[in-house]
Amino acid sequence: MPYEEVKVKQPIIFKILAILSLLTFFGVWEFIVDAGIVPSTMLAAPSKVAILFVKKLTQANPDGATLGAHAWMSAKEAVTAYVLAIIVGVPLGLFMGWFKVVRGLARPIFEMIRPIPPIAWIPLCIFWFGIGIWGKVYIIWIAGIVPFTINSWVGVNMTDPALIQMARTYGATDWQIFTKICIPSALPMIFGALQISLAYCWTNLVGAELLAADKGLGFLIEMGRRLAMPEMVVLGMVCVGIGGALIGIVVDVLERRLLAGIRR
Amino acid sequence: MTPKIVCENISKFFIQKGKQRVHVLEDISLEVMNNEFLVILGPGQSGKSTLLRIIAGLETPTQGRVLKDGKEITGPGQDRGLVFQSYMLFFWRTVMGNVEIGLKLRGVEKKERRKIAQHYINLVGLEGFEKHFPHQLSGGMKQRVGIARAYANNPEIMLLDEPFGQLDAQTRMFMEKETERIWQTEKKTVIFVTNNIDEAIYLGDRIVTLKGKLPGRMDAIYDVPLPRPREHTDLEFVELRQMITDKSELVL
Repeated sequence: MPYEEVKVKQPIIFKILAILSLLTFFGVWEFIVDAGIVPSTMLAAPSKVAILFVKKLTQANPDGATLGAHAWMSAKEAVTAYVLAIIVGVPLGLFMGWFKVVRGLARPIFEMIRPIPPIAWIPLCIFWFGIGIWGKVYIIWIAGIVPFTINSWVGVNMTDPALIQMARTYGATDWQIFTKICIPSALPMIFGALQISLAYCWTNLVGAELLAADKGLGFLIEMGRRLAMPEMVVLGMVCVGIGGALIGIVVDVLERRLLAGIRR
Repeated sequence: MTPKIVCENISKFFIQKGKQRVHVLEDISLEVMNNEFLVILGPGQSGKSTLLRIIAGLETPTQGRVLKDGKEITGPGQDRGLVFQSYMLFFWRTVMGNVEIGLKLRGVEKKERRKIAQHYINLVGLEGFEKHFPHQLSGGMKQRVGIARAYANNPEIMLLDEPFGQLDAQTRMFMEKETERIWQTEKKTVIFVTNNIDEAIYLGDRIVTLKGKLPGRMDAIYDVPLPRPREHTDLEFVELRQMITDKSELVL
């Protein structure tokens, strides 16, 4: 066999650069707060954030829940909304791409709702759902569904006409062309939406929680503001950042596995 | 013997940009016999690909008609297998997945279609590459997949549109040999479009030349009575090559 599986090592220099970059970032940050260049009422030093982080792992006070509980709440909301966005958004987009009637019916509504920033729904959501989980899920869902719908739709639409003709010479029916040709060839686009939508979901999660919540990372940030504790604000922001990066890595791994053959 | 394919006075106009009329083919008439290897030879812009697409049923002729076994062709069908210059493999499917697609779409049971597909994968020399994706293969290997995919569907007629146009000269010669070997192993009616005169003489039972520059018109038909496999350096090969070159406008 001329084709053999081997592991290719990435040059170590990039890892070193990444570590160097983070160290410098936190070093400079620590320095400007400790040296008093920025007053500690405006920005918390990383060391203070780290201390609070350790404390908040076990203590619920002063904001009412441990860090784990906040993160768990946020993750639950985000993942629920994200999954619902896939379940609704992908089929909607696929059908919009293939069936002219579906496109004709759905597009005007879609185009009208799309430009409304998801957080503009917050008041209505409070009317409808109170401050429980479903209001936030709705807002995140509204944000997350857009990339799935658009990418699925464009993906189907962009199917190489020659591939469709090819399938026709093999006697494929319209439905077979849709399911066996258009959908698979749209997969790279749909997978692209996994990342984009996740970013939308996670960002709007914080927005939703800032205003209507009693638990969650966004709520933690908001409590930090109310209690005038910049370290709590920063802690919340850092957790949101780390959480987003973690989910991003998971999605990336999934994407690579599922798309093994689809790279062109 | 009645011919397998008959093209009767085919003309084709395209409408471009909504208003521009392009005359692509003018009054093409030809016959292809059963199990014959017919080469359509013409320079770029002679409408030869369009002619093949009309026979494939992917385009309709503006005038004239194409008959297969005496019946008019109205659309694409499984009786005609197509191989494109740009391979047109289903990039999300493995070699096996590509080769078995025709059988799968027809609902042939998995075990059966795997067996058939494997036979053709072996025939084109891709044994061991069943699980590879197209992007992992070289140009020559991709086109082998294209040929195996068309063959596996067991069409009566193979239509090849400049299948080796993207390959380097060495690979191209090798693939021509392979094409002949495969065709000798499982005879089919073949219509092979090319702009390469050596390829045409190497492969064809007969060569139809088209005149260059649109609209494409019939130029001449040549019999190639040379025994197979042919040698590019044989005197008769060279003479025929010279004759066709002298008579036609194969200027690209």
